[in-house]
Amino acid sequence: MDQEQQLSEAFVALADSLVADYDVADLLRRLADHCVTLLDVAAAGLLLADQRGSLQVVAASSETSRLLELFQLQHDQGPCLDCYHTGTAVTVPDVDLAARRWPIFTAETRAAGYRSVHALPMRLRDEVIGTLNLFGTRPGRLDDADARIGQALADVATIAILQERAIRHQEMLAEQLQHALTSRVVIEQAKGVLAERGSLDMDQAFNRLRRHARNTNTRLTDLARGIVDGTVDSTAVLTSHRRRQPPPPSIRGSAR
Amino acid sequence: MSHRACVAAKERVSDPGRLRRELRALLADRSRDASVLERLCTGAVSALPVDGAAISVTADTAGQGYSGASDPASAHLNDLQFALGEGPCWDATRHGHPVLVGDLTGPAGRRWPMFTPAVLAAGFQGIFAFPLQIGAIRLGALDLVRARPGSLEGDALADALIVVDVAALTVIDAAAGDLRGPAGLPLGVGPDAFGMYRAEIHQATGMVMAQLGVSAQEALVRLRAYAYAAGRTPDEVARDIVGRRLRLDGDLPG
Repeated sequence: MDQEQQLSEAFVALADSLVADYDVADLLRRLADHCVTLLDVAAAGLLLADQRGSLQVVAASSETSRLLELFQLQHDQGPCLDCYHTGTAVTVPDVDLAARRWPIFTAETRAAGYRSVHALPMRLRDEVIGTLNLFGTRPGRLDDADARIGQALADVATIAILQERAIRHQEMLAEQLQHALTSRVVIEQAKGVLAERGSLDMDQAFNRLRRHARNTNTRLTDLARGIVDGTVDSTAVLTSHRRRQPPPPSIRGSAR
Repeated sequence: MSHRACVAAKERVSDPGRLRRELRALLADRSRDASVLERLCTGAVSALPVDGAAISVTADTAGQGYSGASDPASAHLNDLQFALGEGPCWDATRHGHPVLVGDLTGPAGRRWPMFTPAVLAAGFQGIFAFPLQIGAIRLGALDLVRARPGSLEGDALADALIVVDVAALTVIDAAAGDLRGPAGLPLGVGPDAFGMYRAEIHQATGMVMAQLGVSAQEALVRLRAYAYAAGRTPDEVARDIVGRRLRLDGDLPG
């Protein structure tokens, strides 16, 4: 599939989800995955303002501790924090050149194998509610097309989190931001249960969780809550099999 | 009045670190004959632009509920929600997010046909309910009431959320203190004793659940009790658990 086709399929899928009864944690994870597929980046994450003065990671393209740590670090320093405060995109084409500004963040980014970092604002009118954070393995800027697609994905994330079409006031914004943040904590707790029971790392645990949610057509957050509350048998989740890919539509092979 | 002085903060810009320290000092001050929850509610009223606060804990490790309030009127409204079976406190707990109603005389107040008139009759027009929860761990709720209408936003909201975090961990640590015997817990061991921001603490909670076959709440209690007993921060202990360098199968250290 070329990029244009991937792009339209991604946005069609996202639009389909947004009109249905979707789970915010699952949708944000898919958005992070789309960033990696569509843009010239290796990893992506979404950070949300917790309204206490910090940014919290709510979704990432991979659940490896190393990547999550890079997002967590930006409580204190890094491009996301700057992006959040200024409301404008922050791009770091070569992280080595930012070593003096963000010494710890630079060192950890390098250690994780990344060279370039970009942070795009998630905006609601004049308010920034979070940031989309992208990491590349090679130095360089996002080209104009990628920057526009990245910003569009960040905008979809904003819409997904603010589930009401019109946030009429600050109170509703607060209610929905806190809801999204709690979803993420429930998922972390469920990952812990699965990791321990199945001797898995956190990335594998998340993948089992997501696979089972899809196989059983359950919302990711509901499944995670069920595992932590003990109403869902985690053995079933650990043994959930990967569904076979449906065969490609025959029309593709035979049409002339 | 000494508690007002302790958390004299109404006109400042939100300073999360400072507010946490002030609340911690308030909780550690056992000179007054007030429960921890009552002291926390008093602190909330001092720090926030509200006139009353009440905390209800729906379940502790023994399965019993308890509550505390800054004043009798707030305590009464809190009890009333339980008696009526409706109110923002219920909704916040059920939906797992804050329910903030700056003006109960508006459309938002109609959600609670029995409770809203009672609040208005008591002289309050704004009510703000926050669930005390840590992911899937549901501990109870904090209710804030205000005589004058107006939303809770910006720094006031930030401060309210910090009070909520401290309240949730206070409930957890009260149970962790019980594990250490009647002397209780030295609250606020380290600067990040109230930090719950790292993913590892939640992952470790899940791992300890599976290791010990206990609830999420109990797992977090054990983790924090272990950290205090070992003189380490909960974050450090969580990292060791996730890194599989530590299991909580055994007894508390020391």
